[in-house]
Amino acid sequence: MKSLLAFVIKHNFIFIFILLQVVCALLMVRNSHYQGSHVLNSSNEVVANVYQTAANTKEYFYLKKENDRLANENAILRNFLKSNYAILPVKEYQRNDTIYKQQYSYISCKVVNSSVNKRRNFLTLNMGSQMGIKQDMAVMSSQGIVGKVTDVTENFATVMSLLHKDNYVNCQLKRDGSYGPLVWDGGDYQHCLLTDIPTHAKIKAGDTVITSELSGIFPEGIMVGTIESFERRQNESFYTARVKLSADLKKVNHVYVIKNKFKTERDSLEANTQKQDDDGNH
Amino acid sequence: MTTEIIKNIFRFILLLLAQVLIIQNINLSSYIILLPYVLVILILPFETNRLIVLGASFLLGVCIDYFYDSSGIHASACTIMGFARYYVLKYIAPREGYDVGVRPTVEDMGLEWFLRYAGTLILIHHFFLFYIEIFRASEFFKTLLRVILSSIATFGFIYLIQFLFLNNKRRA
Repeated sequence: MKSLLAFVIKHNFIFIFILLQVVCALLMVRNSHYQGSHVLNSSNEVVANVYQTAANTKEYFYLKKENDRLANENAILRNFLKSNYAILPVKEYQRNDTIYKQQYSYISCKVVNSSVNKRRNFLTLNMGSQMGIKQDMAVMSSQGIVGKVTDVTENFATVMSLLHKDNYVNCQLKRDGSYGPLVWDGGDYQHCLLTDIPTHAKIKAGDTVITSELSGIFPEGIMVGTIESFERRQNESFYTARVKLSADLKKVNHVYVIKNKFKTERDSLEANTQKQDDDGNH
Repeated sequence: MTTEIIKNIFRFILLLLAQVLIIQNINLSSYIILLPYVLVILILPFETNRLIVLGASFLLGVCIDYFYDSSGIHASACTIMGFARYYVLKYIAPREGYDVGVRPTVEDMGLEWFLRYAGTLILIHHFFLFYIEIFRASEFFKTLLRVILSSIATFGFIYLIQFLFLNNKRRA
């Protein structure tokens, strides 16, 4: 025992090094699902406040651009004003509002930190659980989808951007509804890959890609981007398409967090079915 | 001695803030990532206790991890670099050892020495950082290219920082 202790003390440099590496490994493993959330992340209050201050300063430089964008959005929204529409005098066409139940609601947030040049990119938002933001909610900007919430504290939330190696969002072609997962190959920040598109799909360069109900978190029909090129790789029976994202993730400032009011219901139903199916097989 | 410690702590905070607030936002390409914060470790005096170097590396990595949302990745790579620094310094030491009061900079040791010293350590740091980050064999060569290009860019940036801010000795 004594000689072992003497050995450890003699080689303390190497042992402390190994100890520190074990600590690092534990930190990495503790959040095995998405590395980068839960422990050591920027929704930590101190870090988030530093980023918030920097973002507040930076915001002044983009005021003009931001105003233009908001004015444009206002103009679009103005088109939907009730006063713009004439009331149809035909009774048969009237719909009862109770048929519809709002499924998705939107929370507007400001981005206080974001990155595009890593293999795992995240955004930090200035709102958290206090505003009703929860894990796995979808995030979009006015131009297109951005990612999904991975971690929430009281006042901040981190978002796994589309530009993350584990990103996986089901999207579909607007033209014929064939769908496949959208992934990022680590190239530039403007392009993602839409994979597993069946070869019988009518696909063309320039086609619009929108979100699919299959994603479980996004409402159907939100803009994702346009197809730039597509190819059928050797030995594969699927197309892989290169999609130019409509949202500029480098400049994203304001985003909407989408709350799916039916998500819990749907998830529990699907989990239940899966469970019954599994039980039936055994 | 005390002023040297304060100087190094100050440099630690300054480079950390510069890295996360400014340099993080420089997007040259997804293959070229500037990480000049490692200069904090590179420039510690020769006579610093190797355990302190190791501890400082770990602390620096953890701080960067907090800002980069990358739990443990930077800490791990930095600790490896701090560990390797001792052996690299030993391997490339001049025959009569390092003089007292000399710093491991381009100015004091010459560009060739600094290239061997900093180049090796930056390569080690970037190599482990990018491979731990991706943790996947399928992008082996892509990641290797990232390591090489980013190391060159980081070295260039560090050289530039030294050239601009640290050569106060001879000018005075």
